[in-house]
Amino acid sequence: MTAPAPGTPTTAPVPVRPPGRTGLAATVAVLVVLLLASVTAGLAIGSVRVPPGQVWGIVTHALGADWGVPDWTRARETIVLDVRAPRVVLGAVTGAGLAVVGTALQALVRNPLAEPYLLGVSSGASLGAVAVIVFGVSLFGPASLPVSAFAGALGALVLVYATARTGGRITSVRLVLSGVAIAAVLTAVLNLLLLTSDRGHEARHVLAWTLGGLGGVDWGTLALPSAALLVGVGVLLTQARNLNLLLAGEEAATTMGLDVARFRARMFVLLSLVTGVLVAAAGPIGFVGLMLPHVVRLLVGGDHRRVLPTAALAGAVFLVWADIAARTVAAPMEIPVGVLTALCGGPFFLWLLRRDARRHREGGAA
Amino acid sequence: MTAAGLSVEGVTLTAGARRLVEDVSLTARPGETIGLVGPNGSGKSSLLRAVYRVLRPREGHVRVDDADVWSLTVRRLARTVAAVVQEGGADFDLTVREVVAMGRTPHQRLLAGDTAEDGALIDRALDAVDGTALAARSFDRLSGGERQRVLIARALAQQPSLLVLDEPTNHLDIRHQLDVLDTLRRLSATVLVALHDLNLAAYYCDRLYVLREGRVTASGPPADVLTPGLLAEVYGVSAEVAVHPRTGAPQVTFLPGERCAPKATERTGPDASVR
Repeated sequence: MTAPAPGTPTTAPVPVRPPGRTGLAATVAVLVVLLLASVTAGLAIGSVRVPPGQVWGIVTHALGADWGVPDWTRARETIVLDVRAPRVVLGAVTGAGLAVVGTALQALVRNPLAEPYLLGVSSGASLGAVAVIVFGVSLFGPASLPVSAFAGALGALVLVYATARTGGRITSVRLVLSGVAIAAVLTAVLNLLLLTSDRGHEARHVLAWTLGGLGGVDWGTLALPSAALLVGVGVLLTQARNLNLLLAGEEAATTMGLDVARFRARMFVLLSLVTGVLVAAAGPIGFVGLMLPHVVRLLVGGDHRRVLPTAALAGAVFLVWADIAARTVAAPMEIPVGVLTALCGGPFFLWLLRRDARRHREGGAA
Repeated sequence: MTAAGLSVEGVTLTAGARRLVEDVSLTARPGETIGLVGPNGSGKSSLLRAVYRVLRPREGHVRVDDADVWSLTVRRLARTVAAVVQEGGADFDLTVREVVAMGRTPHQRLLAGDTAEDGALIDRALDAVDGTALAARSFDRLSGGERQRVLIARALAQQPSLLVLDEPTNHLDIRHQLDVLDTLRRLSATVLVALHDLNLAAYYCDRLYVLREGRVTASGPPADVLTPGLLAEVYGVSAEVAVHPRTGAPQVTFLPGERCAPKATERTGPDASVR
């Protein structure tokens, strides 16, 4: 369909944005500012406090655009640029990635309770990664860990989907139960691997990683997660309208031109790829993919063309702050960030379950 | 909107070992409104699903404008055929307008937004189902009847040449039933619609196909098809059929006190239009 030819009397252009909802541009702008502020806070807050102005000085100096005279010590520069910055960036990348993966997953299984962690996808990725560490196989060189995590994620996702689906329908109960069961089995296998491994000294380190944390990263480990995020968000944005169609139901989506089986297969591969790479870098961090899509839908509605970019930004902001909390709440001890997200996410999940049940009782044909 | 011809040729549909529809043939000339009637479980929905390319026939073909629907891509077919199906949506807080906008998808490029023309078509589709006032409402919060009208608007926004509808008047009050069917009637597109209400089917459809246990029992103009004999055979009910003086359409009056078994057809004798 092309634009109407000039001169043809057509109806005046209608506002596509439904009234009563914040404009996408405004929301995105606010979130970008919020993200910048959060990143600044992430770089400033810690055992050594760096004033925000100095943070900006150090960052702009490193980027080659000086403002004013450098008035900071070498040590501070190292803390901001080499210790905190990679960690903050990984937090932002992981938060954004998990939020968009959760958003897309909820549409693909047509269930608002879907999330990579709850569905055992993260467990699959963890198991894949741990298998590489324990058995010391490196079929794909340095990429072995993420590749294996991807394979584990895909395997778990397909398994959960196949178990949860009966007669073309996925009920919340079956979805959550099969996710929990598969996550339990995969985690058990993972623990078994770790306990029986003769590389005992690595077990403790790996165990800490399975709780989900952003510590100990350097710039080198950021390339792959960032690339996965860009590819993931890029592809999902092109598919936003198709994700919308799935909300109408599989048959309806087919009648509106979506080859559902093929689309879902491709999306599963993409989501597993993003999840696998992120889990390989930061460990399984739960509930980000569950909470953020819902919060974002409250702000901008359900259209994926609006939800995806907003969720990515909001997810980044959320995880940067979660990590700040993880570093500072019990300082000098550090809490794994996955523990913190679960602390917020668990109650949120319960609230969603109750809301789900309430809506069904009210008789909506949901 | 243009109209497409439909031809269903000897279609047999199965689910596992069960036969849903057996050797059914049906045609719709461009612009015709074809009604599909029959008792629950007679195969109406299955046949419609074969037409909108969700069920693949075990035998036979479904052709739209001479092209087998399975030879086309899903997207290509969606520009010609739209459907209103009996399937619940998910709980994701889309507005009515966003739901109707989905209908434009098969016509849109990958990354293009909704154009002014899309917007106008969405408005017109909403208007056609008396749904303009619903536009900003949340689809999940609508009543069953309102939802049904919105789904019809979504199909209209798709600008189909063939529109397939499965019980579109379900959940609707009588005024909206008449409105929706009037709208369908006015479309230049070909319409294939499964209906429960025989009087509405008789009034709005050019021709009817009667399904029973997966087979076509009778077909033709409503006045030829809707006979007391056929109603007794297919539904097992007693009824009188008269031409209504004002509408000119056959009017079925059921006689609940005189229920008869489906086998009773033997006594009344086969009607001319009953195959």
